[in-house]
Amino acid sequence: MVKAEEDIGKVVIKDGRYKISGKFSIPEANQPIFNEDTGKLAGITNPRDMTYIHTYGGEAIFFESLAKGKLMASRCDNEKCEFKGTIHEPFRIYCPDCLRKATPIDITEKARKTAKVHSFIITARAGAFNSLKLPIKFINIEFEGVSTILMGYLSFGEPEMGLRVVPIFNTKNPTYTIVDLSWVPEGTAESELPEGFTF
Amino acid sequence: MSKPVYLATVGMSKFGRSFPETRTEELAIQALTAAADFVKMTPAELKSYIHTCYYGHFADHFGDQLLGEAVIHDRLGLDPLGNIGVKPGGATGGSAMWEAIKAVASGYSDCALALGWERMDEAPTDEGNHLISAAADKDWETPMGHIYTGYYAVMAQRYWKIFGKSEDSFRRTMAEVSVKNHGYARMNPYAQAPMKITVEDVINSPIVADPLRVLDCCLMSVGSACGIVCDEKTAYELTDNPLRIWIGAGSHTLRVADRRNMEIPLPPNEKVGQYDDLGTRFPGADRYPGFTSFLAARVAAYYAYNMTGIKDPCDDLDIVELHDAFTISDIQSYEDVGIRPYGEGRDYIESGDAYHTNPLTGKPGKLPSNLSGGLIGTMHAVGATGLMQIAEVGYHIWNRWDEIHEDPAKWKEFGREKPSDWTSLQVKGAKRGLAISHAGVGSHVTAAILMDPNHLLKED
Ligand SMILES: [Zn+2]
Repeated sequence: MVKAEEDIGKVVIKDGRYKISGKFSIPEANQPIFNEDTGKLAGITNPRDMTYIHTYGGEAIFFESLAKGKLMASRCDNEKCEFKGTIHEPFRIYCPDCLRKATPIDITEKARKTAKVHSFIITARAGAFNSLKLPIKFINIEFEGVSTILMGYLSFGEPEMGLRVVPIFNTKNPTYTIVDLSWVPEGTAESELPEGFTF
Repeated sequence: MSKPVYLATVGMSKFGRSFPETRTEELAIQALTAAADFVKMTPAELKSYIHTCYYGHFADHFGDQLLGEAVIHDRLGLDPLGNIGVKPGGATGGSAMWEAIKAVASGYSDCALALGWERMDEAPTDEGNHLISAAADKDWETPMGHIYTGYYAVMAQRYWKIFGKSEDSFRRTMAEVSVKNHGYARMNPYAQAPMKITVEDVINSPIVADPLRVLDCCLMSVGSACGIVCDEKTAYELTDNPLRIWIGAGSHTLRVADRRNMEIPLPPNEKVGQYDDLGTRFPGADRYPGFTSFLAARVAAYYAYNMTGIKDPCDDLDIVELHDAFTISDIQSYEDVGIRPYGEGRDYIESGDAYHTNPLTGKPGKLPSNLSGGLIGTMHAVGATGLMQIAEVGYHIWNRWDEIHEDPAKWKEFGREKPSDWTSLQVKGAKRGLAISHAGVGSHVTAAILMDPNHLLKED
């Protein structure tokens, strides 16, 4: 069911609390399940219209930056950490080794210059609530000087191991989720980018 | 561990894709009743020994029922005994047993029940796929497709290229895992997907996430399984033939993305320096565990082998049940648990060692794997899976595999046709076995070791 604009459930934070507006939890009647062969009652459907309210906490900067065309990672700058200087992407709020707050850093340029496909798959199937166009080309992306391998999806061209890719961002109509970040092969023309995306 | 722990009995329900007219508790009662039958007791007699209960049930969001453990516990008539739910994904069954073992080993409990179940038939398939994919990272992974198989497919791509050297023959070996396990499922009345198939059938089955096809993937199942562990005194009150049991456990990051490069930890049968040239022999294999290996499995096996005195799984074990969630992850795990060195997992299948009867020699396989039919051929009712594997390993060591799988009355009761070429898969003289329970993309792994108490490798 598509809701009218004024009915879409929305949430803001005001005075440190969530405030919700719009329509949530629209009830839909249970329906009986009969065995057509025996004519007997076997069960019941339980429809639910649920909306989760979820905080990004200290990762919010990562998701907000995507809308601004920036790829943020985190780096441990703790002098006393055995792994000082380690860069993590996925972004981590705290260094997993010393548990001190990590420093958010902008790795957009590093990604443009060094991002490469580590592995990939193309899937024609998705689960309910998928928002990406099928087939989805998942890629795992390695960056020079980054300790981990980010998962993403390729929006143009065909994936292969070692392919140089560059990030693109949904800056025009951001969803503020990880799908605002996508990737295309190095050298892809701006005209090939999906609707709403920029380099 | 302080006290020796014994596995006294095990039981399983029938497994199926869907039970539209059977409540979960009915399946749990089937499993516990089977465990009572196995030691020739009534369920009431068996229950009178139980002191603490560990329930394995992973995906409670499928059933829209929190505290489902309390429902099952009540229906099993086990109130007011203490009970707790355990839910680390695919490793839930093994982990429920891990908890039960610790309760007995510590001296806290003289008899503990580990019972698991799952039901994934109560949501439409697309929503079910979404619910399963919720086991990935909610912010960083799930929004990209809401589908789980992809996480294993990227591993399959990488593994096939690096260790399979992009050869078609490696793809065929992957498919052989499915042919083998679906084939063994034919001898198992509990099994959901018995099939006589060929490598071509697997390779031509519909694509899920390339290169993984439908027949490379485990089943989605409903069912229940259980095991009861005891201290020595109680175990011998329940049965004349309890087995010894231990479990080691390991973990790694939920997101494969977060796995940093590290040195390869070595089980007792591998030597310092043996992987120095891994990247030369297999170009691209310069990152561990990367997308080709599961650190959690290696660590779980490392602890389990050290607890039990196992030096070499191929020499010291007679039977294994591995977590064949996908053909590729089955091959990966041969290496993680030390059955083959890293890079050479395919040889376990290609040599015929993994079979009940080695197809190359016609002689008994060196270390038969997943004679139950595994997750690919028999079931993956997540919370019950690890317990089914422990039960199946146990049946071999008890030398009672035939009794459980052969009886025509059971085939009839389950509404399944016993194949005319049914053959016994009992591993003759089995004394020691291993069962691997594995979650997520290797986030949690348990390694259970079962032994005949007269054939221990290490003194307590
Ligand atoms: Zn640090």
